[in-house]
Amino acid sequence: MRALVVDDSRAMRNIIAGILRDIGFEADTACDGQEALNRLAAGPLPEVVLLDWNMPVMDGFTFLVEARKKPEYADVRIVMVTTEGEIAHMVKALEAGANEYIMKPFTKDVIAEKLMILGVMPE
Amino acid sequence: MSLSATDFDYIRTLVMKRSAIVLEAGKEYLVESRLIPLAKREGFSGLEEMCAGMRAKPSPALVEKVVEAMTTNETSFFRDLMPFEAMKKQIVPELIAARGGSKCLSIWSAASSSGQEIYSLAMLLRENFPALRDWRISLLATDLSQEMVARTKQGLFSQLEVNRGLPAPLLIKYFTKEGTHWQIKQELRDLVEVRQMNLAESWKLMPQLDVVFLRNVLIYFSVETKREILGRVREILRPDGTLFLGAAETTLNIDENWTRVQIDKTSCYRPGAAELRKAA
Repeated sequence: MRALVVDDSRAMRNIIAGILRDIGFEADTACDGQEALNRLAAGPLPEVVLLDWNMPVMDGFTFLVEARKKPEYADVRIVMVTTEGEIAHMVKALEAGANEYIMKPFTKDVIAEKLMILGVMPE
Repeated sequence: MSLSATDFDYIRTLVMKRSAIVLEAGKEYLVESRLIPLAKREGFSGLEEMCAGMRAKPSPALVEKVVEAMTTNETSFFRDLMPFEAMKKQIVPELIAARGGSKCLSIWSAASSSGQEIYSLAMLLRENFPALRDWRISLLATDLSQEMVARTKQGLFSQLEVNRGLPAPLLIKYFTKEGTHWQIKQELRDLVEVRQMNLAESWKLMPQLDVVFLRNVLIYFSVETKREILGRVREILRPDGTLFLGAAETTLNIDENWTRVQIDKTSCYRPGAAELRKAA
């Protein structure tokens, strides 16, 4: 299974990608929403995108809205991974098509359990 | 400094007497990881000084804190997921069909820690079974630790705790944000009765039950205590009731009066002679 980690912090990209690789994913990374859209367009599509909210160039929410406009990406699960911890942000993200929401800080278990909820877990 | 054999024996005996939980040789690391922070909080220089102080002048309050620290288990919302899927897909629909006359349903989360398991069950029922709205639902949570009982009653969880295993739509629907924490709404807290209870001592005022979640707790007890507890569960579980144990636990070679039932990727137990039965 493939995962795409989108975060402007290199340290955070490495942490999340490392956790995903430990779980058994092939993990790719992108620095912002625009780069992530380019990755999706180039393919192959990941099963899941782990997406920061606040990023330069294109933020995570804009990426989410753009990705959900394209029916060909409908099966890609999108998980927000963000410091934004208010209910209003969660509602906004879920209504725009996010499948799950993780608040930073998190642990490996948090990511594994959320992916299990979504049914995206390597055998 | 590592834990001395004398101090480990002292803690092991204390925990055994108070909770019937067996700390086998090799669990020294567990004692250190749980009790060194407690020793510091209580003003001792370390575990050795705390053990010496307790031996010289045992304080009931400190003894209780030690036992609580040693018996508090890790938990998360919808832990291991599969038992909850089994509840949703099979167990609860069967119970709704069987209990249509009395419209009563009772579920017990034993060793419920800070309450994630019982509130997961409350949310599962609310989300998936609107037909139960006019039923009398009894959700009972018990734990050895008074601190955990108080926490469960309060229903207050840290951000890390609500991150773990709880689908975001349920967090939005059933919790309110209180500063840096999240509190489960009153409507769900009202569904849950929380009591302090030691599984190894006599069980008082236990109702007849339809489902028992007794997960990841038997592993801490001796075989004799496990057998006693499983026997008592059989006495209060209805004949068509269901027992869930932890993924690494079994009734096999402990109490043969259970039938193991496989439901998808999980298994549960029903009162009756032991045999493997695959659910239809």
